[in-house]
Amino acid sequence: MTDAILNAGTVAFQADGSTGARKGVQVNRLDGGLIKGSKALTFTFDGKRYKGFEGDTLASALLANGVRLMGRSFKYHRPRGVLTSGSEEPNALVELRSGGRQEPNTRATTAELYDGLEANSQNRWPSLKHDFMAVNDRFSNFLTAGFYYKTFMWPAAFWEKIYEPIIRKAAGLGSISFEDDPDAYDKGFLHCDLLVIGSGPSGLMAALTAGRAGAQVIIADEDFLLGGRLNAETFGINDLTGSAWVEQVQAELAALPNVRVMPRTSIIGAFDHGIYGAVERVADHVLAPEAGKPRQILWRIYSKRALLAAGATERPIAFENNDRPGVMLAGAVRAYANRWAVTPDQSVAVFTNNDDGHRTAADLIAKGVKVTAVIDTRPDAPKVDGAELFAGAQVIDTQGRLGLETVRLRLANGATRDVPCGALAVSGGWNPNVHLTCHQRGRPAWREDIAAFVPAGTLPQNMSVAGAANGDFSTAAALRAGAEGAVAALSDLGIDAKAADLPAAEDAPVNVTPFWYVKEGKGRAWLDQQNDVTVKDVKLAHQENFRSVEHLKRYTTLGMATDQGKTSNMGGLAIMAELAGKQIPEVGTTMFRPPYTPVSFGVMAGRSVGEEFRPTRKTPSHKWAEEQGAEFVEVGQWLRAQWFPKAGETHWRQSVDREVLQTRNSVGICDVTTLGKIDVQGKDAAAFLNKMYANAFAKLPVGKVRYGLMLREDGIAYDDGTAARFAEDHFVVTTTTANAVLVYRNMEFARQCLFPDMDVQLISTTEAWAQFAVAGPNARKLLQKVVDPEFDISNEGFPFMACGEITVAGGCRARLFRISFSGELAYEIAVPTRYGDALLRKLMEAGEEFGAVPYGTEALGVMRIEKGHAAGNELNGTTSALNLGMGRMVSKKKDCIGNTLSEREGMNREDALKLVGFKPVNAADPVPAGSHLMNADGEVSAATDQGYITSAAYSPVLGCAIGIGFLKRGDARLGEVIRAVNPLEGKEVQVEVVSAHFVDPEGERLRG
Amino acid sequence: MGKFDNHGLKAISPLGGHEPRVDAFTGLLIREVTDRALASLAARQGQEEAVNSAAAAYLGGALPGPAGWTETGAFATWWMGPDLWMVSAPHDSHELLAGELKQAVGEAGSVVEQTDGWCRFDMEGARCSDVLERLCNADVRGGKAGSAVRTSMEHLGVFLLCHAPGQQYSIIGPRSSAGSLHHALMAAAKSVI
Repeated sequence: MTDAILNAGTVAFQADGSTGARKGVQVNRLDGGLIKGSKALTFTFDGKRYKGFEGDTLASALLANGVRLMGRSFKYHRPRGVLTSGSEEPNALVELRSGGRQEPNTRATTAELYDGLEANSQNRWPSLKHDFMAVNDRFSNFLTAGFYYKTFMWPAAFWEKIYEPIIRKAAGLGSISFEDDPDAYDKGFLHCDLLVIGSGPSGLMAALTAGRAGAQVIIADEDFLLGGRLNAETFGINDLTGSAWVEQVQAELAALPNVRVMPRTSIIGAFDHGIYGAVERVADHVLAPEAGKPRQILWRIYSKRALLAAGATERPIAFENNDRPGVMLAGAVRAYANRWAVTPDQSVAVFTNNDDGHRTAADLIAKGVKVTAVIDTRPDAPKVDGAELFAGAQVIDTQGRLGLETVRLRLANGATRDVPCGALAVSGGWNPNVHLTCHQRGRPAWREDIAAFVPAGTLPQNMSVAGAANGDFSTAAALRAGAEGAVAALSDLGIDAKAADLPAAEDAPVNVTPFWYVKEGKGRAWLDQQNDVTVKDVKLAHQENFRSVEHLKRYTTLGMATDQGKTSNMGGLAIMAELAGKQIPEVGTTMFRPPYTPVSFGVMAGRSVGEEFRPTRKTPSHKWAEEQGAEFVEVGQWLRAQWFPKAGETHWRQSVDREVLQTRNSVGICDVTTLGKIDVQGKDAAAFLNKMYANAFAKLPVGKVRYGLMLREDGIAYDDGTAARFAEDHFVVTTTTANAVLVYRNMEFARQCLFPDMDVQLISTTEAWAQFAVAGPNARKLLQKVVDPEFDISNEGFPFMACGEITVAGGCRARLFRISFSGELAYEIAVPTRYGDALLRKLMEAGEEFGAVPYGTEALGVMRIEKGHAAGNELNGTTSALNLGMGRMVSKKKDCIGNTLSEREGMNREDALKLVGFKPVNAADPVPAGSHLMNADGEVSAATDQGYITSAAYSPVLGCAIGIGFLKRGDARLGEVIRAVNPLEGKEVQVEVVSAHFVDPEGERLRG
Repeated sequence: MGKFDNHGLKAISPLGGHEPRVDAFTGLLIREVTDRALASLAARQGQEEAVNSAAAAYLGGALPGPAGWTETGAFATWWMGPDLWMVSAPHDSHELLAGELKQAVGEAGSVVEQTDGWCRFDMEGARCSDVLERLCNADVRGGKAGSAVRTSMEHLGVFLLCHAPGQQYSIIGPRSSAGSLHHALMAAAKSVI
C-alpha cells in the first residue's frame, strides 16, 4: 500500500484506511468503502480548502470533512444540507467551477470529486452561515403557496416590469458568469438491440444475459461506478461482496465486443420508436477537458428493445423542522457509510416505517458509529441490536441552528423524549423509478403491498421494466428479473438467449406500513425541500380547491425544478389523498416528462455555437473575393461579396457607387451562383412548367430563356426567375437565392403529388455550376475574348433572352444565358464549379482593358432598384402579380398553381396596390425604405394609408435617392407628389410618384 | 487533370485548393476526393425497365436497390431515391460522363451532370465508426459494404457509402458547404482520437 501524505505532511495513513487514520484527516471518514485511499484530492467549498479521495462525490467529501450545511433554500433561505446520495438530491445544490465554466444548481451528490474542484454555495448573501435573506423565513406565514399571485395583483402592469424581476432576484438559485463556455460538447448516435438503463443487479444481469447471447447491448448508468445499490449495501452475492461481484461482471462485459458499457451516462428521455436521449459526462470529473475533447456528449440511442432497470428512490417522512442539515434519507446515510466510508455525524438516529431503516442502523453500528435511537412508527417493529428502539414512536420536532443537534420524539406511551444526534436517517419506504415509463404518457399503477406506484399502462414502445424500478425490491428478485427481462426482449427480436445463472443473494420481503407525515406540531413540515413546499401548503392548496395533482403542482410548485420532486411528489399525493378522502391511486401522479435529470444547455447546443452555429455555403469566387478584401454578407447560408473596397475608399457607398457606375458605363462582373438552379427533364417538362409558372412556357423555343413568376396556391406571388430551354424535354429553371430550396420542394411536391402522371424528372444543380453575371455596354466585347471563337455571341447570333451550350477558354464546357437583372447588355455565363475561380480570374484579366469591376450584392441591389425589378422585399408574401404590375402575365389560357385563387375579388380591387417608383421632391432628401405613403395633404393614419416603400437606394446614376414600393392605383398616379412618412420617428419626406424603371425604361440597353 | 482540362482554366477543389486535402490521425485518414465525375440518372415514366437494362449494359452491372451502391469496373453507382441513381466514374477518363450516360440510356432516362454539385471525403482506418457515430445517425456499426445511406452531418444532407465496414467510407455532401462539412469531420476526429 502506498502512503499518502495529507495536510502539509502532518498526517500519514494507510491507503486502504485500515488503520483508521483517515479520521485524523477528515473528521467523519470511516474505514473501508469504495473510495481509493491512495490519492488525496484537494478541493474548495466557499473558498475553504478540504481534502477528499478519488471515488468521492462533492457531497461525500464535504460530509467527511464535517460539513453538513451545503446550501440555502429557494424561498425562505433556510439552512440546508444533503438529503440523498444520488441524482434525486433536492437540497445540496452548488455552483461548480468559475468563469466561463461556472455551472449553477449542480447537485453535490452527483459531482465527482477531482483535484482542484472549486465549488461555491449559492442563493445566500453574504455567506452560507450568515444569510441576510433568511429574514424571509420570519415572514413565512405570508409567503405561503400562491402568495405571489395573491399579493402582486395590482396594478397589473407592475407584474412584468417590477414585481417579477424583484421576486426573481430574491428567489432564484445559482448564478451564471455570462462568459462564454470554453468547452466543446458533442452529439452522437448509437444503435443497439437492447438498451439497459441502469446497472444495478437487474441491469447487470440483463446486460450479461444479452451480451453472452451476442446481441448488441448498451448499458448506461448515471453513476460513475456500475452496480447501483450493490455498492451501497453490505450484503453479498454468492460469496462475494456486492461491489466485488459488480467488478467481476463488469470485467466480463468489457471483454464482449458487442457490449458498450456507459458509466456517467444519464438516460434523460424515452422518445418515439425506441429512441432514447442520453447525456454522457465525459470530462465533468476532471479539471478541464483535453483540448478538442468534449465535456459532455448528447447521445441519441436507437434501441430495438429497452429494459428499464433504474432502481428506486427512497422517500422521506415529513415532520416539523425536518429540513435541518443532518436530516437525511436512511438509504443515503447507509450508502455514504458503505460506499464512501463517511458518516454525516458521529451520532446518528434512525426514523423509519419499514425494515429498510433498520439496515442503516445495523450498518452504522458495524462501522462503529453511535446510533442513538431507532424510531420506528410501527408498534411491532423488529428488534435492534446495539441501539435503543422506540417502536410506535414518531419524531415530532428537531433542534439545531445550522445543523441537527437533537430530535424530539413522541413515544408510543405519549411521553416526549429528546434524543441527541447530529444526523437523522429517515426512511418512508421506496418508490420505483417509473419516470421513463411515463414519457409516452404511461400512467403508473399503485401496488398496495409495497405502498408505491409501479410501471403500468402504455409504456414507451418496446420498453420493459425490471428490478426495483418494477417493484422487485430484493436483490434476488432484481437479479432474476434482469436476466428474464433480457431473455424476453431478445426473444422478440429472434435472438435466443439463455438467462445467466442466478447467483445467491438476499431475498428479504418488503415490510412497510405507509406513514407519510407526522400530524403533531404547528410548525412547518417540509415535503419539497427544493421548492420550500410544506404539508401546510398542500393543505392550503386543497382548501383553495387546487385539488387535481397537476393543479397542486402548479399552485405550490411541489415537484418542480432540478429534482422534479423525486423525493417529494409521493408525500404530496398522499396528503392530498388524505384530505380529499380518496385512495392514493385515485389522486394519481403528475406527468413525468423528459429530461429525467437536468441537462446543460451546452450539450443541447453541441457544436452549433459561434461561427459554427450553422454550416456556411461559399461561392466559387469566395477565395478570389477574399483576396480582393471583399466585405461578405450572409444570404441564407451563403456568404456573398457585398462590395469590393478599393484603396482610398472610406465608406461603403463609395465602393458601391463606383461598382454601379463602372458597370453601367463599361462592364461589371458578379457571382450569381447562389441563384437556385433546377434541372427539369422529361416528355412533360414544358407542360409541367406551365403548371408551375403563372405565365406560359410550352411554346418557349429551344435556345431561349423566359422570365417566369410563380404563385402560391392562394394566388400570392412567391418567387420569380427564369427557365432556359436547352431541348424539347430539357429546361433549367433558376430561382431566387432565398427560395431555391422552397421552389425545389414545391416542384417536387407538385411532381409527386399533384401531377403524378406527368413524365418529369427534377434535380438541383445549383452548386454544380459556377455562374457569373457579366453586365454593361462592354459585356459582349469582354466575353468575346473568353468564349471560344466558334460560338457567335453577336446581337444577331445570340440575341436578348438566348441561351446555349458553348465552350470557353479553349474548350471548357459552359452555358451562356443572355439575361439581365441590371438592365444593361448582360450575360450570365456558367462553367463547372471547379473552374469558376479560374474563369473569374480570366474574365477580370480579359476585362482589364475595359476597366471591368467585380460588383457585390449592394451594387446588384442598387441596379435592380434603378431598373424597378422586384426582389424579396417586393415578393413579400402579401403581393400578387397584379400588385407587381405583372397581372397580365397570369395566363388565362392555361391553368397554373395559384391561378384560380388569384382571381379572388379582394385581390383585384380597383384601388389595388401597384408597384411604382419614388423620387424625393428635394433631391437631397432620402427615400426611407419601410415608410408608409400618405396623400400630399390630410391626416396620417392607418385609415388613410396609401401604400409603402419596399426598397430604396442611392442611385449614383440619377444622383439622388430613389425607391420602389406599392401605392394604391400607383400606375395611374405618376407625377403626383405624396408623402413618405415614418410616424414612429416623426419623419416625413415629400416624394414624387414615378415609373419604377428609373434607368432605360425602354429596355434598349439590354437588347443592344 | 483530365483530358478536357487542357483549356486555360485551372480547377480548384471544393476546399479551395489545387490539390485535394488529406488529414491524418492515428487510425484515421480523411481524404478530399476530387477525381470522380458524377451524373444523376432518373428513369422516365414507364421506362424503369428500359433504363435499368440500358444502364446495366453501359455500367457493366445492375443498378443498385434502395440504400445500396455497387461498383462495376470504373463505375460506382448509388441509389438516391425511387428510380433515381448517381453514377460516378474517374474524372480523368469520364469528365463528360453525363453525355456518355445519356447516350447509353437515350429517351429512357434523364441524365444531369452532378460532378461539381458535390464534395466527397473518404474516411479510412480503424477509428471510422467512432468518428462517424459523432457525425450522423446512420447505423455505422451495423452497416455492410455496399450500403449507401442518406443521412445528415453538420445539418447538411449527405450520402454515406460504406466500402468496408468499420474501415472505409465515402461521405458525399454539398460542394458549397465543403468547408463546413470538413470542419465537422475534423472536429469529430479530434474529439474522438
